[in-house]
Amino acid sequence: MDLQTLTFLFVGVTFAIYIGIAFWARAGSTKEFYVAGGGIHPVANGMATAADWMSAASFISMAGLIAFYGYGGSVFLMGWTGGYVLLAMLLAPYLRKHGAFTVPEFISDRYYSKTARVVAVICLIIASVTYVIGQMKGIGVAFSRFLEVDYETGLVSGMVIVAFYATMGGMKGITYTQIAQYVIMIIAYTIPAIFISFMLTGNPIPQLGLGSEMADGTYLLDKLDQVVTQLGFAEYTTQARLSTTNMFVYTLSLMIGTAGLPHVIMRFFTVSSVKAARESAGWALVFIALLYTTAPAVAAMARLNLMQTIDQPNAEQNLAYADRPSWFKNWETTGLLKFEDKNNDGLISYTGDKKTNEMVKVDRDIMVLANPEIAGLPNWVIAIVAAGGLAAALSTAAGLLLAIASSISHDLLKGVWRPNITEKEELRYSRISMIGAILIAGYYGFNPPDFAAGTVALAFGLAASSIFPALMMGIFSKKMNKEGAIAGMLSGIGITLLYVFQHKGIMFVKSTSFLGDMDPNWFLGIEPNAFGAIGAVVNFAVAFFVMTRTAKVPAEVEKMVENIRVPASN
Amino acid sequence: MADKNNNYWKANIALIVKCLSIWFVVSYLFGIVLVDVLNTVRMGGYKLGFWFAQQGSIYTFVILVFYYAKSMGKIDKEFGVDEK
Repeated sequence: MDLQTLTFLFVGVTFAIYIGIAFWARAGSTKEFYVAGGGIHPVANGMATAADWMSAASFISMAGLIAFYGYGGSVFLMGWTGGYVLLAMLLAPYLRKHGAFTVPEFISDRYYSKTARVVAVICLIIASVTYVIGQMKGIGVAFSRFLEVDYETGLVSGMVIVAFYATMGGMKGITYTQIAQYVIMIIAYTIPAIFISFMLTGNPIPQLGLGSEMADGTYLLDKLDQVVTQLGFAEYTTQARLSTTNMFVYTLSLMIGTAGLPHVIMRFFTVSSVKAARESAGWALVFIALLYTTAPAVAAMARLNLMQTIDQPNAEQNLAYADRPSWFKNWETTGLLKFEDKNNDGLISYTGDKKTNEMVKVDRDIMVLANPEIAGLPNWVIAIVAAGGLAAALSTAAGLLLAIASSISHDLLKGVWRPNITEKEELRYSRISMIGAILIAGYYGFNPPDFAAGTVALAFGLAASSIFPALMMGIFSKKMNKEGAIAGMLSGIGITLLYVFQHKGIMFVKSTSFLGDMDPNWFLGIEPNAFGAIGAVVNFAVAFFVMTRTAKVPAEVEKMVENIRVPASN
Repeated sequence: MADKNNNYWKANIALIVKCLSIWFVVSYLFGIVLVDVLNTVRMGGYKLGFWFAQQGSIYTFVILVFYYAKSMGKIDKEFGVDEK
């Protein structure tokens, strides 16, 4: 069977499974819609959390970024896993004990204030919508390749499917489909990695293959360093992401952001007990680590294969444009890969020097999907990768949309503006909010502010600077009052947005970036994507300052904090 | 009652501080700040600092979370605050 037919077959079958599950487990009540009735087993919940968490950014984009950033890409690996340590110890067990449906609901109870709830909803929506925008880029890339159309058409088809799928099931449906999606995703990610690792090093385990010798006796990473430096690129294993300070802050921002993202936190409301919440975080991390420790191997091997396909030790023997393989042509169709014959010799020259480099566009987001084709793997492997990429994008988009929808319908409408609406109306409003969020995100999918993983990193910064500090202080400080928390959230997200907008344009419209997207203007050399950690520090500082100058916390709230700190009900 | 819960909370904080110290060392120190020093040591084809940044820190995180869950289970029982 040819590739196109196989891909349609794999994608078709997996979609049928998801839709079947979503239909079978569709939500009847609001409790089922938001927290799946609160009775999911920790291992199952861990798997669903992993699928929810690992998005198009992890699956499609991350390894591509690492392939080009080398060691500098480590910020994503550490940042997107280390957050679970914070989540497991600082937030999840206590939030489960409290028993709210949504993050703003907890904030409203703990800070005895509807204003705090509204502020939390605003922060949550800003962070989540930015995150969905990142997904849209990934969805566009995956669908354009899969349907062999240009990026824009791919994006629109993806939006329609996401909209249909997310509005149907609610948390209960989403949880069970996400388990299926995790399985598809991890198979799709590891199979090509195992093949390629075995072909290059003879070791089928990618995590070990990355540290092994190749057929000619040199270590794979040494070989890669040698190949890229010869062509004028930075050395793979040591190229830092800007500076040590920037890497430190970037990693911290991603970690705190992980622990502050509402769609991840909500996952811990669906387990049965405090103990289960702690374990569930561990299982989620196991399932995530499976993919995250494979990713660096995929990255390094993809880069090596790409370089060695195009460039030869003797530049006169480089790949001729006329002989380019079919994957090259396919990606040219999507517009994400571009060649320009600068010296008119008909040969492709891919180098680190802007003047002679003829691969004028190699979108980082195509690497994972193109990788099996570049390595010449059989068609069914390529087809399953396409299915996996779509699973990753869909599962996260659905989880995020649910978080957005629940914050609008449950927190704003039911919680603040119209407490008397029926369950049925609440469900309807949450579905309408989902569609609204998809349209906004789709618009930015046409004008993406960055690569998928870069945009997602921005979302983490926004969550890190607003939601995480408010939650943590709510649990670890009995004295934090509503004035402090509100002032903290507003100043944290405010300064982060200001920093991002002044460098990336107001609402990401490029022409309005009044300080320019360039390093001389960066504070301490910190890039906008990494600024969330600084925002979080500002949040903490402002909150404690305001707290010392305003009224004390009521006694019953102190009691509530004491109560959420212990697992037993008393 | 209040005293017992206070001591329970202190035990929890002490455990968290211990775990997060390890969390900090493997990622921020070994993976970022001290990476060049560690890179002078090799483990097979891996430079050690690079290994911590792209592999070792993640394995450590997994162990930490399970260790915390298990230890907290014990502490819960010890103070009689576990869920029944």
